[in-house]
Amino acid sequence: MMKVVNKSISKKDGMALLQGKPLYTDDLAPKDSLVVKVLRSPHSFARIKEINTSIAKKVPGVECIFTYKDIERRPFTRAGQCYPELSAYDKFLLDEYVRHVGDDVAIIAAVDEKTAIKAMKLIKVDYEKLDPVLDYRKAEGHKNIVHPEDDIFIHADVGFNKDKNIACEVNLRLGDVEKVISESEVVIKKTYENQAQAQAMAETQRSYSYLDMQGRLVVVSSTQIPFHTRRILANVFDLPESKIRVIKPRIGGGFGSKQTAHSEFYPALVTLKTGKSAKIVYTRREVFRGTTSRHAMRFDVTIGANKEGKIRAIDMKGISDTGAYGEHAQTTIGAAGKKVLPLYNKVEACRFNGKALYTNNVPGGALRGFGVTQGTFALESAVNELAKELKIDPVKIRELNMIKKGETTKLLNMTTKGWGDEPMHMDSCQLEYCVKKGKALISWEKKYPKMQVNKNKVRGVGMAIAQQGSGLPKIDMASAILKLNPDGFFNLLIGATDLGTGSDTILAQIAAETMGIDVNNIIVYSSDTDLTPYDSGAYASSTTYTTGNAVKIAAENMKDLIIRYGAQYFETDEGNIEFNGKEIIRIDNEERITFEEFSKKITYNILHTQLVASGSFVPKKTAPPYMAGFAEVEVDLDTGKADVIEFVGVVDCGTPINPKLATIQVEGGIVQGIGLALYEEVKYNDRGRLMTDTFMEYKIPTRVDLGKITVKLADGHDDTGPYGAKSIGEVVINTVAPAITDAIYNACGVRVRELPATPEKILLSKA
Amino acid sequence: MKINVKINGIKKALDVSPDEYLVETLRNNGYMSLRKGCDTGSCGMCTIHLDGEAVLSCVLISAKADGHEITTIEGVQEEAKDVAKYLVDEGVDQCGFCGTGTIMSILYLEKCVDNPTDEDILHYLRGNLCRCTGYAGQLRAIKRYLEAKNDEGSK
Repeated sequence: MMKVVNKSISKKDGMALLQGKPLYTDDLAPKDSLVVKVLRSPHSFARIKEINTSIAKKVPGVECIFTYKDIERRPFTRAGQCYPELSAYDKFLLDEYVRHVGDDVAIIAAVDEKTAIKAMKLIKVDYEKLDPVLDYRKAEGHKNIVHPEDDIFIHADVGFNKDKNIACEVNLRLGDVEKVISESEVVIKKTYENQAQAQAMAETQRSYSYLDMQGRLVVVSSTQIPFHTRRILANVFDLPESKIRVIKPRIGGGFGSKQTAHSEFYPALVTLKTGKSAKIVYTRREVFRGTTSRHAMRFDVTIGANKEGKIRAIDMKGISDTGAYGEHAQTTIGAAGKKVLPLYNKVEACRFNGKALYTNNVPGGALRGFGVTQGTFALESAVNELAKELKIDPVKIRELNMIKKGETTKLLNMTTKGWGDEPMHMDSCQLEYCVKKGKALISWEKKYPKMQVNKNKVRGVGMAIAQQGSGLPKIDMASAILKLNPDGFFNLLIGATDLGTGSDTILAQIAAETMGIDVNNIIVYSSDTDLTPYDSGAYASSTTYTTGNAVKIAAENMKDLIIRYGAQYFETDEGNIEFNGKEIIRIDNEERITFEEFSKKITYNILHTQLVASGSFVPKKTAPPYMAGFAEVEVDLDTGKADVIEFVGVVDCGTPINPKLATIQVEGGIVQGIGLALYEEVKYNDRGRLMTDTFMEYKIPTRVDLGKITVKLADGHDDTGPYGAKSIGEVVINTVAPAITDAIYNACGVRVRELPATPEKILLSKA
Repeated sequence: MKINVKINGIKKALDVSPDEYLVETLRNNGYMSLRKGCDTGSCGMCTIHLDGEAVLSCVLISAKADGHEITTIEGVQEEAKDVAKYLVDEGVDQCGFCGTGTIMSILYLEKCVDNPTDEDILHYLRGNLCRCTGYAGQLRAIKRYLEAKNDEGSK
């Protein structure tokens, strides 16, 4: 029976955050920091013919201004990935060329923001405008080349072909797809597209920097990837990593936006050049124009099936708009196949081809779901269309075809690094339960396919299934250190980065459970490259599973140490010692010492030793969380407006370490998915300027937009996870858009294949 | 220019420039609870009380606050703590960045409406965006907080 794990403990930092204590990056920056601003390109593609900063530099209070002429040209990638990265080194810290509206042109540092902005406006730039590539559907082989320069490169062979605007290509093939499709009784062939959704985290990117007493560069940043950021900065500034420290304080959300380094370069450069502390806080518009968003993707999906609804073959051919730079291009489009196709493990053949293409749009990057969301929207929409074609219930077609507990597919061998040929069975898969439970919770039998509310309003229901990963096998590793203090409490040092999800808290729960101690005796310190052990970062749904396993190993090692030193204390052998979290007991004569007393004694009186234990973990097996999502949507036939009346999400995340915090992940993910499905429209003008670049134009869901959200966690357990846990953070967004668009179809007969499903699209398609 | 304001009950004379917004003035003077999420008056994260009324400090020119009373969450720590407990208990504290503005709106709602309905809650908080929680848990927490307050009041 577990005492701390699977309990809804409150987040350790919650009260301080909500009472407004100064805990975030900008609250902590030294008062005298120089304020840094970045001049950004107004053009989607241009060459800087001339840039003149002489007048701007004369503004009183301006400390320095840098242009590309002041910076050594070094290609790099801002993507937070393990080295060697799968993203192209195609970015420069300031360049003669600008490749999207919002690309960086000059860096200004001044005594305050007003002065910096004044100087920024006085920089004179003469641009030679170049013909851009604005439509990714036409980018491959376009006469305009986004990256004509020849000093960019990529470490891995991923089909990078800059002369054709191809950032990468991913292929996956099982069996003879064309043959099976040609033999299939029913074939569905459709195209689906999603928009470049924004992460829209509450706190924009920001960071500050200073030199420490040894002259080392310290960067405090709102980041998901402190260790990757240290390495990326070392590369850009040609410094040894030993000269850089990166610290993450509390941060205001991430959702992938901070899995790419952005703000850190600018204050760091100013500090290195001036020796002074410097800070930057991105404006919301800067986030929209100057960072990354979800990759817009477009998939042609072909499904071959028999008349009974058995899916025989799936073919997915997709393109991704990676924008001006290829950050996370390969891994996102790859995930759209690798973490989507295994849902249908009974196919005779499947094929996936994905290409990420350079354009002069805002770069694509990481956003919760990371390609899987895009692939799931395409494939699950096509499966729903197949169900319609065959007049089979969409639930039935899932039950017939989806992966079930204990089953496998060769795709898992093909997509799991280092696993080998042994069949990998999905022993913890609770997808069957998720579908069954979700169907009951939404009252599917009663509501499918639609119910007329009144003359103008109809309610339809729709559903979809999805998976994600739990960390990246044989790639992303995490580690943890436990240190015992006198008085019997521990420091838990972890490189993992809590984005606000509560990962610091759930990792403390895992440590406490393993050692049998009170969770309040675990003091967590995380995300500081000098003081905490390596962790690849908060991405790829890895913290609970990967870091959680590392913490469990560290705690087991600590328990062993306590027993070993307990044996020395009682002058007996280890087999004669028991540790129950409160006391160390010599079994044969029942002599005992409280743990507080023991920890004091070994520090001050006898043995004189510091107990420290560590643990590292890299996943070996693929441990996907699963979800079934059911939507009930009301469509207003007069206006085309679609409202979500209820969304039911049933999630298999293995053992939820903290059911309360897991539930909020599901609720938050569903609502972010509703934004993707219905509201979050992305518009560019014909010159490549993003028009939806503030919260005035870019509409994320508000609390009055939403109906009921119903969440159920399946009673699952994965043997490879810490106490049976799998991930939860990302899978929760994937089913939402395909379930909602099918509900809209069931309500009013309009099939939206290009997100978001706005009232205009629904109404115009109806007419 | 100088403005005379009362912040959290204490009279202050502050130096401001004519084009400065109150959120900046307050942060520059150490009121770090104010968080800026959008620059366009869209997110509610910088909500304060001006003469007891909830306003967005990012769209209020500091000069216009001259002669007025300002309350930030630093000035209502006990009341904020009471609300925060319920949000934390429900797990909807999350990243916390929108939390202070949300709590300032909740305190304003309480002042304006006796026994607020779900619709009242949504109405008074409609300008407070949150990307982490999906709002549902916040509604549960706020209702539990208001119920508890009500029970206390009727004792």
